[in-house]
Amino acid sequence: MIYWDLFLAFFIPNIIGYGGGPAIIPLVENEVVGRYGWMTSQQFAETLALGNTLPSPIATKMAGYIGYDVAGIGGGLVATFATVAPSLILMLVALGTLYRYRDSIKVKSMSQWVRPVIMVLMGYLTWSFLSEGVGDAGWIHTAIIAAIACVMLWRLKLHPVWAVLLGLVYGGFLLG
Amino acid sequence: MPSSLTTQRRLFVAFLRIGLLGFGGGPSMIPLVRAEAVTRYQWMNDEEFGDVLAIGNTLPGPIATKMAGTIGYRVGGVLGCINAVLAVIVPCIVAMVVLLGLFTRYRDQRWIQGMSEGVVPVVMVMMAQLTWDFFQKSRAVLGWIVTLIMGAIAGGLIYGLDIHPGLVIAAILVAALLRPDRRRERSGETES
Repeated sequence: MIYWDLFLAFFIPNIIGYGGGPAIIPLVENEVVGRYGWMTSQQFAETLALGNTLPSPIATKMAGYIGYDVAGIGGGLVATFATVAPSLILMLVALGTLYRYRDSIKVKSMSQWVRPVIMVLMGYLTWSFLSEGVGDAGWIHTAIIAAIACVMLWRLKLHPVWAVLLGLVYGGFLLG
Repeated sequence: MPSSLTTQRRLFVAFLRIGLLGFGGGPSMIPLVRAEAVTRYQWMNDEEFGDVLAIGNTLPGPIATKMAGTIGYRVGGVLGCINAVLAVIVPCIVAMVVLLGLFTRYRDQRWIQGMSEGVVPVVMVMMAQLTWDFFQKSRAVLGWIVTLIMGAIAGGLIYGLDIHPGLVIAAILVAALLRPDRRRERSGETES
């Protein structure tokens, strides 16, 4: 059933995604593109790009949009609920206990040890966007856009919205 | 003591503002949450805010909605919790659905096609940056050798043997919990 699939596709990444919203992205990609095939990785990249230009948490925007895209308003609600509710309920229910153990080395290790795995998942996603870009736009255009985006984001420290706009304008004029 | 309706309205306005100004995703919204909850409305002091943040960081899931829900619950009960979470996420989800809907409708146009191709390398650069951030954070705590070894093993399991990343992460979480707790001897050390 589609709603159940949507629930699982967003519940699992969020319940294992230590490290906040961005850590969840490669896990969501794994479900949405890899397992269920609701989107191509190109569509996922577009959604992520647009999501990065809008305010508010990235994980819930992705969930709301992908859920809506797959199964309408009900789908958007289910996916958003699966993203927000479990960890929030956990937090409210266990607030007292967690407060006592917040400095525990075990609890800290959980989020620290997961980081290298998230790093690899993100690295892999970077690679798949690279091959996607080279496949569609050719390596020259990909290299030019990526180089300008690097300068904008890393050297000039501009907001991502400007880099995304650059990609859109460049693509609209030179790749269309 | 303000009436409960006023409280709910304030919660909604505060988290709506946080949601609309929070460019850059969840973690970038933390200072905004502090500005509303501690400075403007004084729902909690700095220390309590720090505790909520610390506890939120030990749990999985997006940080912004966990903070909104917890603060909303403290200030306005279950209704406050739902109210704050909706205020922080709904407006931007709607904006996203509308914008991407327009984009999809004109997908056949050549220049729209070009735009969607042009944006992929930009997303790649952003993803590369996140990868690098996670490497830096991990290196600061575990050292770069452990980080790379753990990363290589995880990569081999996930992409070589096709094991679901959830299983790999769950195994690591269990290992962390089974770790002998030497908090007392190590309490002097500070981490990340």
